[in-house]
Amino acid sequence: MTAKQLSILVIDENTIRASIIEAGLREAGHDHVTLVHDVHAIASRVRDAQPDVIVIDLENPNRDMLESMFSLSRAVKRPIAMFVDRSDQAAIEAAVDAGVSAYVVDGLRQERVKPILDMAISRFNAFSRMERELEDARNELESRKIVEKAKGILMRSQGLSEDEAYRRMRRAAMDQNRKISEIAHSLITASKLLGGG
Amino acid sequence: MSASVPLTAGFLPLLDSAILVAAREKGFAEEEGIALTLVRETSWANIRDRIAVGHFEVAHMLAPMPIAANLGLTPMRLGLLAPMSLGLGGNAVTVSQELWAAMAGEGATGPDDPAAAGAALRAVIERRHRKGDDTLRFGVVHPHSGHNFELRYWLAACGIDPERDVEIVIVPPPLTSDAMAAGRIDGFCVGEPWNSVAVAAGLAHIVTVKAAIWRSSPEKVLGVREDWAGEHGSLLERLLRALHRASLWCGAVGNHDELADLLSAPAYLNQPAALLRAALDGELETGGGTRRFQDFFVPAQKAAIFPWQSHALWFYSQMVRWGQVSHSAENAETARRSFRPDIYRAALKPLGVPLPSASMKVEGALAVPTPVGVSAGQLVLGPDGFFDGAVFDPAHLDAYIASQRPALR
Repeated sequence: MTAKQLSILVIDENTIRASIIEAGLREAGHDHVTLVHDVHAIASRVRDAQPDVIVIDLENPNRDMLESMFSLSRAVKRPIAMFVDRSDQAAIEAAVDAGVSAYVVDGLRQERVKPILDMAISRFNAFSRMERELEDARNELESRKIVEKAKGILMRSQGLSEDEAYRRMRRAAMDQNRKISEIAHSLITASKLLGGG
Repeated sequence: MSASVPLTAGFLPLLDSAILVAAREKGFAEEEGIALTLVRETSWANIRDRIAVGHFEVAHMLAPMPIAANLGLTPMRLGLLAPMSLGLGGNAVTVSQELWAAMAGEGATGPDDPAAAGAALRAVIERRHRKGDDTLRFGVVHPHSGHNFELRYWLAACGIDPERDVEIVIVPPPLTSDAMAAGRIDGFCVGEPWNSVAVAAGLAHIVTVKAAIWRSSPEKVLGVREDWAGEHGSLLERLLRALHRASLWCGAVGNHDELADLLSAPAYLNQPAALLRAALDGELETGGGTRRFQDFFVPAQKAAIFPWQSHALWFYSQMVRWGQVSHSAENAETARRSFRPDIYRAALKPLGVPLPSASMKVEGALAVPTPVGVSAGQLVLGPDGFFDGAVFDPAHLDAYIASQRPALR
């Protein structure tokens, strides 16, 4: 390695996601990585770190402030371009879809920066996927609890066995083309209205 | 009837998103066969990026944004055009209670007289300079914004050098109050409702308004990707007709209660309806009592949504003035052609509404309301003009630019 190590600044208020990006960068051999979580610190941190590459999440309302800094040459050594190559529409789309944006100091070669951007995009996507899965798992757990509760109501009020109670709810779900958790939810609501528990 | 065409527009939570919101909520888009979805964004950079990659077909944009993009001043290269403006006015200059107290001590009285307020601010700045105090810091929302240019225009015309005597920083509109509360800025120029929000929080005092600095002046536009507009001409025309009808609805005072309610929803501005109603009526609580401002925000009257190319050229003249771009005949032409009254006329012609015959006008020429040449019916423009009495004649752009340079001294 003769080329000077790139200095990379990651701006993300989501500390977990920022750490995931940082880990990826370090695995790829980048040691000069700075994380900024506090939006108010952006200006001074950019000045101090003089980054070659800046990665920022799109939810961050301070992107306009960041971009305005680039037009002031006294603030930074002008990372003016967004992404590596302005004509690389596919990369830009992938980044915006993933919810991340990147700025690159003028004059950096594409082959040095592209892997960093690709890594950031894939980690942002992985993070979204993880959040979705977590959300699904939460919903799954929630609906399982609801079904259990509804089953209990049916067993008590109708004198059914656990299997019979479950089968009855499942048939209702099939007949009405609804999820079993929705049937369970309706049943609990109805039971409450009728003064049950 | 065929199914509606889906169209997605990005917007920032500001009063002048009203026309887009009304187009969706009051069925004007649907009447034109458009299923309009509105997506709230957190930065103008996101608006630009998402229109670039096609997440948005159209967007609420700062009027200088398409000009800056076409001049290659943005980190992402992209061709944009503005076939319609989204109203006139809507901004104010607001300062912290502390700065207001100092300005009042120097003779500032109220927000009706920008020159007097500017003179007081200048005196405060000179006093602070003698005492060795920190430079006052003002926030604006974007370098390529009406806010930045009208704040600088006002300061410079009052003998304050925006580059030397104050520091101008970028603050996102919804964060202006926080920034002031934390002492990071002493004042800001921003669109409503964010001035009123800061005043209501007891943090700030409104010093003057956009309509007092430059009466009947442009602020936001409908921004469209140039290639998209080329490929979807008739759909864009349908959208412009829907937005025209929505603007008339927004301009009727009798609808302001309902409009304020619509805008106050969590998905839009998420602010109290009473505060938005006051801004729609131009009756702002300044921090020193409620004041009524003439033409504070104009969504319909005075050809408020016509994309005047003289407005585009004025913004360009300020980009040159403050060093954002160098002046050339070619750059001026790029700026002028960013606003597209031809598309506006083609879209609205079938409606038989009055359309200005000219694409440019002399800004600051009308002291009183004046009927102007139109295609049909009647159209009254003005009064317009800058508070310092200067006139911008787009036919003499070079002379105007030369007269403003150097900025001061």
